[in-house]
Formats: sequence, structure tokens, C-alpha cells
Amino acid sequence: MEAFWIILVGSLIAVSCALLGSYLILRKMAMVGDAISHAVLPGIVIAYLLSGSRETLPMLVGAAALGVLTTVLIELFHKKSNLQMDASIGITFTWLFAIGIILISLFAGQVDLDQDCVLYGEIAYVPLDLWITESGYNMGPRTVWIASGLLLLLLLFIWRGYKGLFITTFNEEFAKALGIGVAFWHYALMGAVSLTTVISFESVGAILVVALLIVPPATAYLITTDLKKMLLLSSIFGILSAIGGYYLASLINGSIAGAIASVAGFLFLCVWVLELLRKKRVISI
Amino acid sequence: MNSTFQFLSFSDPNVLFVVLGTMLLGASAAIVGCFSFLRKRALVGDAIAHSILPGVCLAFMVSGSKNPLYLIIGAFITGWLSLLLIDGITRTTKLKSDTAIGIILSVFFGVGILLLTSIQHSGNASQAGLDKFLFGKAASLTKDDVYVFGTIAAILILVVILFYKEFKLISFNPDYAKVIGLPVRFLEFMLATITVLAVAVGIQAVGVVLMAALLITPASGARFWTDKLGVMILIATFFGAISGFLGSYISYVAPAMPTGPWIVMCLSLLTVGSIWFAPKTGMLARFRVQQDNQRKILIENVLKLFYHLGEKDGGFKKQRSIKVLLATRDLRMKELKRGLLLLKKENWLRKKGDHWVITESGLNEAKRVIKLHRLWEMYLNQRLKLEPDHVHNDAEAIEHIITPELERQLEKELNYPTKDPHQSTIPYVE
Repeated sequence: MEAFWIILVGSLIAVSCALLGSYLILRKMAMVGDAISHAVLPGIVIAYLLSGSRETLPMLVGAAALGVLTTVLIELFHKKSNLQMDASIGITFTWLFAIGIILISLFAGQVDLDQDCVLYGEIAYVPLDLWITESGYNMGPRTVWIASGLLLLLLLFIWRGYKGLFITTFNEEFAKALGIGVAFWHYALMGAVSLTTVISFESVGAILVVALLIVPPATAYLITTDLKKMLLLSSIFGILSAIGGYYLASLINGSIAGAIASVAGFLFLCVWVLELLRKKRVISI
Repeated sequence: MNSTFQFLSFSDPNVLFVVLGTMLLGASAAIVGCFSFLRKRALVGDAIAHSILPGVCLAFMVSGSKNPLYLIIGAFITGWLSLLLIDGITRTTKLKSDTAIGIILSVFFGVGILLLTSIQHSGNASQAGLDKFLFGKAASLTKDDVYVFGTIAAILILVVILFYKEFKLISFNPDYAKVIGLPVRFLEFMLATITVLAVAVGIQAVGVVLMAALLITPASGARFWTDKLGVMILIATFFGAISGFLGSYISYVAPAMPTGPWIVMCLSLLTVGSIWFAPKTGMLARFRVQQDNQRKILIENVLKLFYHLGEKDGGFKKQRSIKVLLATRDLRMKELKRGLLLLKKENWLRKKGDHWVITESGLNEAKRVIKLHRLWEMYLNQRLKLEPDHVHNDAEAIEHIITPELERQLEKELNYPTKDPHQSTIPYVE
């Protein structure tokens, strides 16, 4: 049963990340996703300090606020002072991450977060944190519910906003000409990335969120140019990574989150090499 | 205050090692980072930093010891491998370089975490301390560390001095470098090698995530102060070193404070400060220039209003009400009022009751702007053969920009015309 819950949570998060990541990659914003996933840390700590607990809602608010602040800062440095994009990303997220770590050390007694947890989470604890209703009924692990809620929300967001996201992703100028709110979709997407990051935080940690955000969509992008197929394929690659990661981790007794990222990378490598071979054959024919 | 004195007197030799070590690390990473920054590869440093972790773990698994030499060799190998893979992915697929960086960074780090946790769970007692690579151990640098860092910093500086000209060229114009026969691939290899080296040692001070800051942040800040590479490197080095010093000072005075994040905090504050306040290129300076331009455009446009009205009814010095002024040109009330007040301060307008009158000097200024506008229309019409009804908008923008030198050139070029393409008189100020 434990294996089932862990794989389920891993898959739920992997699919959420894969869906959002597809858009990030197509918008050439892969590293912005990386930056957000690091920069939400101070938001989480501040929410923790203000609310005094590990409640989900304040953390979501804190993280979403910081996520949007990150994109605003990156844009500000980039557009208002001509700092090149990659440098403004690098400066912003390292600064915010440093602030987060400093806050954790400052309030070490009051914040029950440690640095390891921040970086690579602990999905193995998922089955331990059960949601017991007041009548004493066991609803299963709490994270499962939160992750399912997140996935539903994202599916709703992508379903309702498919056109807006599509058009602002592929042809921003055209979207502007049509009067579609480019900025709205931009910040909506960034907000969604922050939410996903913070929900994934406890189970897979900051850096492995990035693996799930970027690697499965990139793998899918190698073999398709159709957005719908890409969304589907990247979700499949995400789920495969979650399943494979769980068994790899139990095989060598290591971090499950690390193993999920490794399997995702392995899948990417396979697809990449196969594509290279296929291209070579096409050329030689 | 007492602890400040203790810190500065270096009475505790450990303090000296920590301060020297972090300063050396900060400085050497900053030097290398300048080149990464200029070659627009700022985030590659981040990828290398993450990729070093599996190398360290593998080196430990193979050698079974924590000898820093083995660990740095392992770090070096995977750091290099990550660079090759990023390059390979961007060359052979349609993925952009930032995606490639993201893939390599997260997967290598994932593998690193997997290996690290596996080693930790295996119960091998000698593994303790490997996780220092994750978060850094700046506060516990020892004499040996300082020797290693010092040697590596010396090597880095030596390589940069030896290849300064070549590095400069491939940073700004790699194509040209290739054309004049420089071994570009070799030079890129050298640059990549010193970057990996700087990251491999720097990571021990601030950890994986913050390493990117040590490379890019000082370079980005320094860029705002100068256009010269040599000066930029010096400023970046200074930023790196001073932040190392401040970071170790803060964690000495308040032992609960982590050194690495404070180093990054100081660096970021220095750089964000530069981004805001640097003269000429800083955000505030740009903002001020923008404000000045807007102000100039506004007052020149309002002055033109008086001239146009005067031209229509022959009375340049007639009194004009705000209502009339507003009706003549598409201006918002608030803007117009601001413009009028600014002009009053310049003594180009006078207020009489509810009405405004242009002064002699104001009229001259108005004539100058009108003349530029009409000269430019004339130029577009005569030299570029644009139809008279196509020239106004362009002139409307350029009239605020044309310098006196250009003005004289235009006059000469057009042989001091008296009428513009719309047959309006071009005013000359005697």
C-alpha cells in the first residue's frame, strides 16, 4: 500500500509539472521555472512564521506571491536596466533563495523546515501523514488529496484557457493584435508554476520540481510538434519516471525524488539517442 | 563591538582562514564569472554547480575516501560532462539552450541526490561531510582548504592574465577570433575548464544552489559601472572579495547565521544597488534621462502651440486662455498645466490673470523648434522624395532631438529654405 501511495503522489505531481512545463519550454522560459521553484522559499518561510503552522493555504499564498515577485524582478532587471535575461534570472533566484535560507536560520526555533527538505523533499513520508476525518474515517494520505486538487485545478486552467495559452505561447504579437491579455496569461502561468512548486515542495523538493517541470516535456518535445500530443506524452513520461524512480530508489536505498529525476533523465537520454539514430538513418537513405 | 574587534584582529587563526578562504573564493569566481556573463552563459555556471554533486559522490564511491583531490577530480569530470551534454543537446535537437541547461542541471542533481542518499543509508561512517557540497561549509574552512583555494585562485588568475586578450576577443566576437586564426575551440576549452574549476572549489563555500550567484552576480553588478573589461573584472573581484569578507564577519558576530547565504546576500545587495544607482546606466539614471526628455518634449510642444496660434492670427504675443490652448492640440489638461508652469519657470511664458503670454526668449525658443520641424519636413520631402502629407509625424518626433550641429548641416544642405513643403514660413531667429 505504501508503494501505491508514493507512486500515486509522484505521478500526480509529475503530471501537473509536465503540463505546466510544456508551456514553459515552448515559451522559452524553462529557467524561469527553475528560478521560481527556488525563489518561493522565502515565501514559504514567511507564511510559516505568520501562520505559525504548516497549513497548506498560507503557504500557497506566500509561494504564489513570491513566484510573481520573482518574475516581476526578473522582468524589471531585464527590461528597465538592460541586464541580459540569463543574468537577471540568476541574480534574482539566488538572492531570494539566500534570503529564504537566512530566514530559516534566523527563526530556526520556530520554523520546522530544514535545508535538506527544501532541496530534495521526502516523498517517502507521504503515507505517514494521513487525513483522518472528524468521525475517525481514514481518507488516506493528505498529500494525495492536495496533489489531486492541484492537478484538477491545472486541468481546469488548461482546459478553460487552452486558446489563450496557445495563442500567447506561439504568437505573442498576434495575440496582442487580437486584444488578448498577454500579461494576464503570463502571470497566470507563473502563478500556476508557483502553486505547483510549493505543493510539490514537501514531497520532491525545489530542484527536483525542476526536473519534473523540464525533463518530461523536453523529452516529449523531441518527438512531437503537436501541443496536445506533447501534453499527453510529457504526462506519460512523468508517470513513467515516478514509477521507475520508486523502484530504482528502493533498489539502491536512496532518495525517491532523486531517483525520479534520474529516471526522467534516463528516458530523455533514450529518446534523444533514438532520435539521433533515426535522423542519421533518414539522412543515409 | 568586542566581537568585531576580535574578528578584525584575527586573534583566532580560524577566523583568518575563513576570511581568507571566502575572499579568495569570491574573487576567483567573480573573475571567471565575468567571462561567463559576457558570453551570455550566466546560467551554465548553475548547471555546472549542480552537476558536480554526482561526480563527488562517484569519486567517493570509487576511492572510498574523502581526499579532496579525488573529490575535485570527480567533480571536474561530471562538471565537464554537463557542459558537453548541454552543448550536444542544443546542437542536435530543437531544444533551446535554457531548456538544455534545465535538463542537465536537474537530472545531474537528481542523480547526485540519489547517490548521496544511497551512500548515507549504506552506513559507511567515513561519508559524513559529503553533504557539505550541498550547502557549503564556509564557516569551517581550515588551513588546508585555504592552501587549496589559494593555489586554485592563483592558477585561475594566471590563466586569465596569460590569455586575457584571447578571452576578451572570444567573449565579444568569436567569429572574428576564428577568422584571424585563433584556436577558438582551445580557448573555449580553457575558459570552460577554469569555470568548472572555480565552481568546484566555490561550491564548498556556499553550496550548490548559491554557487551561480558567486559567478554571475558580481559580474552583472560590475557591468553597470564600466564599459572596459579590465575595469569590470577588477570591480567584480572587489565585489566578490568584500562580500566574502562581510559574509564571514556576519556569521562570526552572529554564529547562528550561515556564511554562504550571507555572502550571496551582500553580493546581491551590491549588485542590485549598482543596477539602481550606477551613474548613466543605472535604473534611476535612465529614469531621470527619460523624465528630462519627456519634460523637454512637453515644454517644446506647448511653446509650439503659442507659435501656431500666433501664426494663425498674426499676434505672437497675444494672451491665450487654457481653453484655447487645449482646443489647438491634443493634450491632457494636467499635462498642459504642468508644461505651462515649467515654461514659466524658464521665463519663456508669463501668466496674466487667467491668460498666458509668450516672452521674447520664449518666442525665440518656439521659433527654433518650429524651424527644426519644418527643416526636417523639407529634408524628407526634397531628399527622400516623400510626399508632403507623409512628413509631419516623423518631424514631430525628430524636432526634439536634432542638435545645433545637425541644424546647421540641414540648413546648408537645403540652402536656407524659407518655406516648408506645406508652404508655411520657416522662421529664422536673427
